[in-house]
Amino acid sequence: MSKLIKPTPTLTRRTLLGTAAAAAATPLLGRYAQAQSSEPIRIGFQVHRTGIGASYGRWYDRTTTAAVKRINDMGGINGRPVEIVAEDDGTDPKRGAEVVEKFATQHNCDIGFGTLFSHVVYGSAPRAGELKLPYFVVSEGHHVASGALNRWTMQPGITDVKSQVQAMAPFVANNLGKKVTMIYPDFAFGHDHRDYFSEAIEKQGGEVVAKIAIPPSETSFTKYFPKIPRDTEVIYHVMIGPAVLTFVKEMGEFFGPSKPEIFGFLDSLEAVDINSPGLEFLEGTYFWEGNPRYAQADQSSHDKMYREAVGVDENGASVSDAKDVSTYSHMFGCWETLNIIKRGMEAADYKGTDDRSNLIEAIEEMSDMPLSDDHPQGAKRFNGKTHQTFGHQYISKVDSGKLVLAHTSSIEDTLYEDEVDYTTQSF
Amino acid sequence: MNETSKSHSLHLGLIAVLALSYFVLPAYHSGNLASVMVIAIYAMGYNLLFGYTGLLSLGHALFFSAGLYGLGLVMHLANWTPLPAFAAGLIAALVVSAVIGFLILRTTGVAFMIVTLMFAQAGYLTILYFGKYTRGDEGFALKQASRQIAGYDLTDPGVRYFCALLLFSVTLLGLAYIIRAPFGRTLIAIRENEERARMLGYNVTAIKLKAVILSGVVSGASGATYALLFGYAGATFATVQYSIFPLLWVLVGGAGTTVGPFIGALFMFYLIDYASGKTEAYLLVVGVTLVLVTLFLPHGIVGTIRTRFLRWLP
Repeated sequence: MSKLIKPTPTLTRRTLLGTAAAAAATPLLGRYAQAQSSEPIRIGFQVHRTGIGASYGRWYDRTTTAAVKRINDMGGINGRPVEIVAEDDGTDPKRGAEVVEKFATQHNCDIGFGTLFSHVVYGSAPRAGELKLPYFVVSEGHHVASGALNRWTMQPGITDVKSQVQAMAPFVANNLGKKVTMIYPDFAFGHDHRDYFSEAIEKQGGEVVAKIAIPPSETSFTKYFPKIPRDTEVIYHVMIGPAVLTFVKEMGEFFGPSKPEIFGFLDSLEAVDINSPGLEFLEGTYFWEGNPRYAQADQSSHDKMYREAVGVDENGASVSDAKDVSTYSHMFGCWETLNIIKRGMEAADYKGTDDRSNLIEAIEEMSDMPLSDDHPQGAKRFNGKTHQTFGHQYISKVDSGKLVLAHTSSIEDTLYEDEVDYTTQSF
Repeated sequence: MNETSKSHSLHLGLIAVLALSYFVLPAYHSGNLASVMVIAIYAMGYNLLFGYTGLLSLGHALFFSAGLYGLGLVMHLANWTPLPAFAAGLIAALVVSAVIGFLILRTTGVAFMIVTLMFAQAGYLTILYFGKYTRGDEGFALKQASRQIAGYDLTDPGVRYFCALLLFSVTLLGLAYIIRAPFGRTLIAIRENEERARMLGYNVTAIKLKAVILSGVVSGASGATYALLFGYAGATFATVQYSIFPLLWVLVGGAGTTVGPFIGALFMFYLIDYASGKTEAYLLVVGVTLVLVTLFLPHGIVGTIRTRFLRWLP
């Protein structure tokens, strides 16, 4: 499905009647006319509209639409409007590869963009590499930086799980406790947390006293809580999926009022109202956030602008439906990635598909990106060798039913040794 | 022209049309056809057990995954080249289907369906459990440079297409031969009346075990081919969804027909592809279409053509 997000004319008929307004509009009209005379830049948007990623996909779609509208309102890219060609991949790796093929060979897209779930990235990236289609994922998986993919695949707009987890360890060890029990789903996402956090907390003088893996098909968790050692100071949980509500409720019933410190990843509760029945137990606990869901007291003008553009209220829900909670910790990646693509195309003087490799090289040259309207989540440091960006991470405390920012990690906390140099690979 | 000649003509004609299609179709559709041919191999393997033997499995994703990981793991972890890795995929599917077949054939009917489903789920969880090697639900990509045979780059569209066509053709002709051979006739006899076949002196359990193994190996060949040609192996392919797909393809195309699985897979692919380009509610369109196909084409597309018009269709 294709939709052209046209530049929004900033002029009304009434203002055009006025001489002064007409004069003011002249440069805008010129820019608009130039954009309309050019072929649009077609961005294939691989969106999870159905399947397990649908709640994320809905917000990735809205964020992408808002970001492209802003880019077009500013004159497009190299004077050309941007067109989004969205295709549902069903959150399925096989369909994902087919969608990438469709972008490249049927829709004649300039690039592919927007994939979130790691297994879809893994399934699609080989095809993108074979088709020589620049493929910008917004996944937070460690797949890109690990060297498992190819030169055509990049993750410039969102940090990866390894850097996120690593950046949590200093705060957890210094503020919550050094003896940690980890509860995680028994598949790759949970294993990443288990491995990266165990290593990071040891560097902070702490230790993981128990690792409790929950099978993915589990629906009740009471039998796992007695496995938590009594000397546990912090519980680290990353349960995801619909069972998370049951998990939290049963954990609350198990501990009662005398709970240890609890730290979790908001991946568990993306698109879920923190005040949902059964989640009362989370009061006073801490969460990693990719981008603070609730507008904070010191909210930046950039976050304010971004929030309004995407249609998110100060509580992190849709402005049109307070029950429609956003995936605020992740969706900014679409916004920032599209702005990086714009800058990359401008730097490469991108004219068409023959310039795809120039686009990749232009983005590989990028490094520091300051906090701005283009990067409302915070400053970034892109590593052109590993095709992965690094940035601030946020830790919030549930206080009176709201997530209140308690700590912001430095970018340095998130860095690790390069595991690949994609620039040495040929196109 | 007798029925055998007509049958040969149909199969060879289909292969010829597919070969010519590469030169006629736009790149997008020839790429799709390569993918459809690979999954049609899976559907044909399933059809042998369901369409011809009458055993409804809900766990064939296990066999597909055995081939997928059999090839994928040795290429990914041990840097095997594609041909030995493909053999490893077939052997993995052979071993898994032999062991599972030995166990599941102690059940019949609904119990058979449930047990196959349970074994497939156990297989899926096993893949997750050994996440250190399999990368669990994420899976892993096979490097482009490693996917070459005798200097032919399997990631090249033309090479990939004709590689898929070769394996599809071998499977189609091989299974068509088997179905017309005494072994295939025995399978049909078991499907039609198992007790009668047993009374006639056939060792029904042994024959069904052979059918499970053959079906499993063909399904595994499809999995290995997918990993090789499309460069990815992941636990998604071991989920229930991927056990239901071949049942759907075969039912839509025509159970117990040689070309039905291919037609079903092709129809389903383009139904989803076309509908998803027209509306976000494409799954509703797909569902309604399947209901209509079931109502008006109860024997599937090819099966209904055979019933109403062309009785000779194999």
